[in-house]
Amino acid sequence: MVQFTLPKNSKVEQGKTWPHAPKAGAEREFRIYRWNPDDGRNPRIDTYYVDTKDCGPMVLDALIWLKTNVDATLTFRRSCREGICGSCAMNIDGTNTLACTKSMSEVNGAVRIYPLPHMAVVKDLVPDLTNFYAQHASIEPWLQTKSPTPRTEWKQSHDDRQKLDGLYECILCACCSTSCPSYWWNSDRYLGPAALLQAQRWLVDSRDEATGERLDNLEDPFRLYRCHTIMNCAKACPKHLNPAEAIADIKRALVERQV
Amino acid sequence: MAETAANGGNNGSAAPAINGRAYPIEDHAYDVIVIGAGGSGLRAVVGCSEAGLRTACITKVFPTRSHTVAAQGGIAAALGNMGEDDWRWHMYDTVKGSDWLGDQDAIEYMCRNAPEAVYELEHWGLPFSRREDGKIYQRPFGGMTTHYGKGTAQRTCAAADRTGHAMLHTMYGQALRHQTEFFIEYFAIDLMVDEDGRCRGVVAINLDDGSIHRFSAQMTIIATGGYGRAYASCTGAHTQTGDGNAMVLRAGLPLQDMEFVQFHPTGVYGAGVLITEGARGEGAYLVNSAGERFMERYAPSAKDLASRDVVSRAMTIEIREGRGVGPKKDHIFLHLDHLDPKILAERLPGITESARIFAGVDLTREPVPIVPTVHYNMGGIATNYHGEAVTKKDGNPDHVVPGLMALGEAACVSVHGANRLGSNSLIDLVVFGRAAAHRCAEILTPDDKQPELPKNSAERALSRLDKFRNASGSTPTAQLRAKMQQVMQNNCAVFRTGEVLHEGSKLIHDVHKGIDDVHVSDRSLIWNSDLIETLEFANLIEQAVVTMDSAVNRSESRGAHAREDFPDRDDQNWMKHTLSWLDAATGKVIIDYRPVHTYTLTNDVSYIEPKKRVY
Repeated sequence: MVQFTLPKNSKVEQGKTWPHAPKAGAEREFRIYRWNPDDGRNPRIDTYYVDTKDCGPMVLDALIWLKTNVDATLTFRRSCREGICGSCAMNIDGTNTLACTKSMSEVNGAVRIYPLPHMAVVKDLVPDLTNFYAQHASIEPWLQTKSPTPRTEWKQSHDDRQKLDGLYECILCACCSTSCPSYWWNSDRYLGPAALLQAQRWLVDSRDEATGERLDNLEDPFRLYRCHTIMNCAKACPKHLNPAEAIADIKRALVERQV
Repeated sequence: MAETAANGGNNGSAAPAINGRAYPIEDHAYDVIVIGAGGSGLRAVVGCSEAGLRTACITKVFPTRSHTVAAQGGIAAALGNMGEDDWRWHMYDTVKGSDWLGDQDAIEYMCRNAPEAVYELEHWGLPFSRREDGKIYQRPFGGMTTHYGKGTAQRTCAAADRTGHAMLHTMYGQALRHQTEFFIEYFAIDLMVDEDGRCRGVVAINLDDGSIHRFSAQMTIIATGGYGRAYASCTGAHTQTGDGNAMVLRAGLPLQDMEFVQFHPTGVYGAGVLITEGARGEGAYLVNSAGERFMERYAPSAKDLASRDVVSRAMTIEIREGRGVGPKKDHIFLHLDHLDPKILAERLPGITESARIFAGVDLTREPVPIVPTVHYNMGGIATNYHGEAVTKKDGNPDHVVPGLMALGEAACVSVHGANRLGSNSLIDLVVFGRAAAHRCAEILTPDDKQPELPKNSAERALSRLDKFRNASGSTPTAQLRAKMQQVMQNNCAVFRTGEVLHEGSKLIHDVHKGIDDVHVSDRSLIWNSDLIETLEFANLIEQAVVTMDSAVNRSESRGAHAREDFPDRDDQNWMKHTLSWLDAATGKVIIDYRPVHTYTLTNDVSYIEPKKRVY
């Protein structure tokens, strides 16, 4: 049956307000989504205060400062802290992005942080990305060739290599897919912008010889065509890639092979 | 650290418990278990899968989040795409870069197999940058020369300045192709070692639900990376905590050459994030507050492309003598503003973005503020060139530890000796990842029956886990970690003296003792990152202790270990590898030595005799 409101146990409640930072005046308010499956409680929004004088400029710096100085139970993924590993993707100030490259100064007022939208939450800001990874695997992200392999490298012209720019740089952070309303609705069947961007990366690689099979695998009302050009993906991508354009190119390739 | 005693445990008590119940354990058996899914781990996984061995990979982060992803400049191999090149020249450069502490048999193995390993990555789809003729683009890098030091080599194969990212994603794709079994977000706690000293596998906790898993294997391969996070400022990821090294120490085995910690000359001032050496390869240069290109004074021929230890020392001297830039005169400028913006956009787009985000600098117009920053650990688990872990036993310095291998930054083969050359790290990962897989294929039988695990094999790991899960002392983990990082940063830096190191040794042992008073706040079993950070800290501090004490002990200057009280290299007394054991009960470090391999693998190249290292 259609449900127009959140189930009772998913309603986000007002959480705890943690103590102010020692030096008032240099503090910043953070409102952060908390949920611990162990305690049986509803998700809630905790209020924290970060001492910005004692902390780096990025939102991730603030989260680590809070974990270090205020609340060691605050849970989030992080690793490289330079925008290349894709671990710390979350929803900050209403936009999916990487906490490590998002400066606090870009946010007005309290910094509101939620996990990536429409994903099952494991705990606090940690979403379950199992399905996202499986979709990426389904496009077979490896070079497929039929010709005999050369002794040295496959030759690829400078221009052909440039066709991969804007595609290969994806860090699988899931910011794009989890910003897509179509993906929210059909993530069980629609591959989503991240996986499709990678599909295009292998389709246009001049070395790859499985273009036909790859296109066959995508020609499906759900896997590919649930993209309705909403463009949230391109807006959200913290690496400034354009999955929507890649998807349009795949659609065009499918039309072109008909004529 | 007070641990329950040796392998297998001997306290006879019941397994530790949650709320009075024993931890439930799930058992798995494989031919090969790889711990870590960075470049070397994935290469080993793919190779072992290809060989028909039942292989699983345990990793604490999703594979493409491993820190190989952050490698920028490239991967060294004498392909000769940009001009004449020879693997023997690559070997000479690596030996010289290592300040003659590298094992020349292993260095020969790496350099002669490098081209094949790079072509293999290309065949897997790695999107290398290209020359006009369609061949792989190669750029100059520090310490890489032609004709045994005479010319400048262009040997470093690059995918713009995102080579590690391109490589790791490519290798993850190959692992998918081989349907590798991954255990993702599983944290390895401790190795299982039987009475004969054979490694039998590993015990891990699944972050997702807190369940305990016991993996038994014919071969356990440690590919857990370095431990840069023992320092306050490092280019490495938060997850770079050297968990495998620490597991090996706790298994009663030594680590090798831990005093050699590489400072990368160009970490962004403040943030610590990396600006690739490839920037200088493409023509960038360093200047001091007088606007002088000071590297000309320190390395007249290689200049800004001298090897990393040399450049980091030169920068430190400039800063120390008052020629640093900025209000505190505590850093140096790196100029790229003279380079063609088109070149920057094509070959260095990643650092252009990093400089903007982390230093607020537009590279096409202004210099980047940079400072030497901890980057790489030459030391680690001693291995031979097959990747097999070795130790000194009954006088044999090359005794193979059965059932155990180590790869990548966790290992000390040793190809990098006292100082690693830029772009030799990525090639180390794939060449030895591949070598380990070949060795496994050679010595293991697929699906061979494994003897029963000792009954209490998981006990050591479980009591360790339990101790920290319920730790209710008075010092939060983060506080102890900050103390350790400060001590390492202050007392074990670019330049060292006996006095500062002795003080550091006392301080770091104090931090080590402090772990008995640690406090963990999160009691949950689901994604308990407070507990994991505590386990990681416990791993880091053990490595910090052996690093400091190995540095105190080595009274010479070699590569990255620069002692002001012993400014010269002393081949007579010190051309040997340090082995350091940690006595778990007392925290005492025990030191012994292994000879450097002063022979090559084949007659194609002869031993390169030590000489003065000038760039």
